[in-house]
Amino acid sequence: MSEIFVLAEFAGDKVAKTTFELATLGARAGSVTAILLAPASRGAEFAAHLNASPIKKVIVVESDDFTRFGVSAAAHAVAQLLTSQKPDALLIASSAFGKEVAGCVAVATDSGIITDADDVAADLTATQIIFGGSMTVHSQVKSDISIITVRPNAITPDLNASSPEIINLPLEIPASAKLAEVLSLEPPVTGGRPELTEAQIIVSGGRGTNGDFSPVEAFADVLGAAVGASRAATDAGWYPHSHQVGQTGKTVSPQLYVACGISGAIQHRAGMQTSKTIVVINKDAEAPIFEIADFGVVGDLFTVLPQATEGVRARKS
Amino acid sequence: MKIAVCIKQVPDSWAEKKMEGGRLDRLNVDAVLNDLDEYAVEEALRISEAHGGNGEGAPNSITVISMGPERSVDAARKALSMGADSAIIIADEALAGSDALATSKVLASVIAKGEFDLVLCGTESTDARMSVIPAMIATRLGWAQLTFAGSVTIDTTAKTASIARNTETGVEKMIAAFPAVISVIEKINEPRYPSFKGIMAAKKKVTELQTLASTGVDANLVGTIGAKSVVIDAVARPARTAGIKIVDAGNAGTELVNFLVEKKLI
Repeated sequence: MSEIFVLAEFAGDKVAKTTFELATLGARAGSVTAILLAPASRGAEFAAHLNASPIKKVIVVESDDFTRFGVSAAAHAVAQLLTSQKPDALLIASSAFGKEVAGCVAVATDSGIITDADDVAADLTATQIIFGGSMTVHSQVKSDISIITVRPNAITPDLNASSPEIINLPLEIPASAKLAEVLSLEPPVTGGRPELTEAQIIVSGGRGTNGDFSPVEAFADVLGAAVGASRAATDAGWYPHSHQVGQTGKTVSPQLYVACGISGAIQHRAGMQTSKTIVVINKDAEAPIFEIADFGVVGDLFTVLPQATEGVRARKS
Repeated sequence: MKIAVCIKQVPDSWAEKKMEGGRLDRLNVDAVLNDLDEYAVEEALRISEAHGGNGEGAPNSITVISMGPERSVDAARKALSMGADSAIIIADEALAGSDALATSKVLASVIAKGEFDLVLCGTESTDARMSVIPAMIATRLGWAQLTFAGSVTIDTTAKTASIARNTETGVEKMIAAFPAVISVIEKINEPRYPSFKGIMAAKKKVTELQTLASTGVDANLVGTIGAKSVVIDAVARPARTAGIKIVDAGNAGTELVNFLVEKKLI
């Protein structure tokens, strides 16, 4: 039986949903152990969240160094665990943090790495959708340990309850992993909305908003969606850069993507083309984004969105 | 300060990209300096300008370093036109097909010989999009990693770099002593266009071509032979096709909701 390690990630005070997605994929390939890097004396509290059935074992490492020294400390701990436990694979979420930890661990353990997988098969073959959704690539790692980072929403997580075995493992973080220090953290201002790359639904605004994102946000809120923006909108300073979807921003793959007042330059399409369903609202009937829309509305987002927002609200009440 | 900037030549974002034998076909496509690397070049210039400038007789120097086909010289020339001082291109047939492990090894081996204080990078290349090279280089060099920087402040007396790291988890203020690897996000600055003077000056700047042998990295660890991941197949996905398209006659919002209900999306 293969041993599959997954790195648990946090979203605030909870374990991130992506962790359960990783575990569900990992369970196809073997027995899943979650690595939990927790702040000092908070291991048990977080481990209690890792009670989904694909997770058989939780290795808890407690240290305040993880908060203080970020990626390097985490990577060092994970690399030590990989060297001593020799699993067949390490699955990590494709966040900025996850990909960097994966990269550092790959170097430290001399393991091959595949990033941004959209699926991982039982034989650890990774599926990636690349070049803005125009190509599907299957690849495998050739080294003893396969390191694969997986994009959010790759699979519906198995959340059935279970009680995994919990092992506390003390580890030393050496000075070489403490070169860059985190002095403060300011959590993102999300207005209670889900994180862009993890969201099931995204409503995005572009040049057509003329800087007024209120109808976009209102529709997002009634759907429980995240808000995205085109590069034109973030370059104009209308919306924070962290919300940019596109080739040089975030790549997203939600169940539903609603593009409002976005023309659909290849730069933007490259970041959202793999969304399951695409809805477009644009005044310009010739906008290229209509070419990839499952449902397109030629109309003014300032009248269509409020009507749709009311429509959804009415159905929910 | 001695600053290195890692750059990569990539297919133009607008060009159609093709796979050839499990690898990106880099030869038959227009190539440009990776968009995201321009921000790193610009930030290096701004750091230098804030502390006495670079060039002949100035206290700082900026070297751009790139691994890729020989024509990466063109991407390097753009960085030189913007104001970098010199370039090192590591071009070798044996490097074709290298994975991120090999690329970071080659870059780190060249950087290690340069006595640099800082290495700047973009956060990712617009072709491979892995976002791991800066972290890998830092790990290989045993240097501090300050990545996803939305702002950089240098203290030349204390020899420290401070950044605001921008990621999904928020904004983290970080600090590290030299030497450090810094990756910058695109919001950090507005890259300058090369001036006519800059373009003319770039023609006189030194571009050093290195081979794999001169880096000292074992040929068995790079290229297709050394790659620790292998592409099994790569197939074109069917292009998305347009579905329903309606013109708003006053009730498009309602029709949109009906579509979402029908698709069980709400």
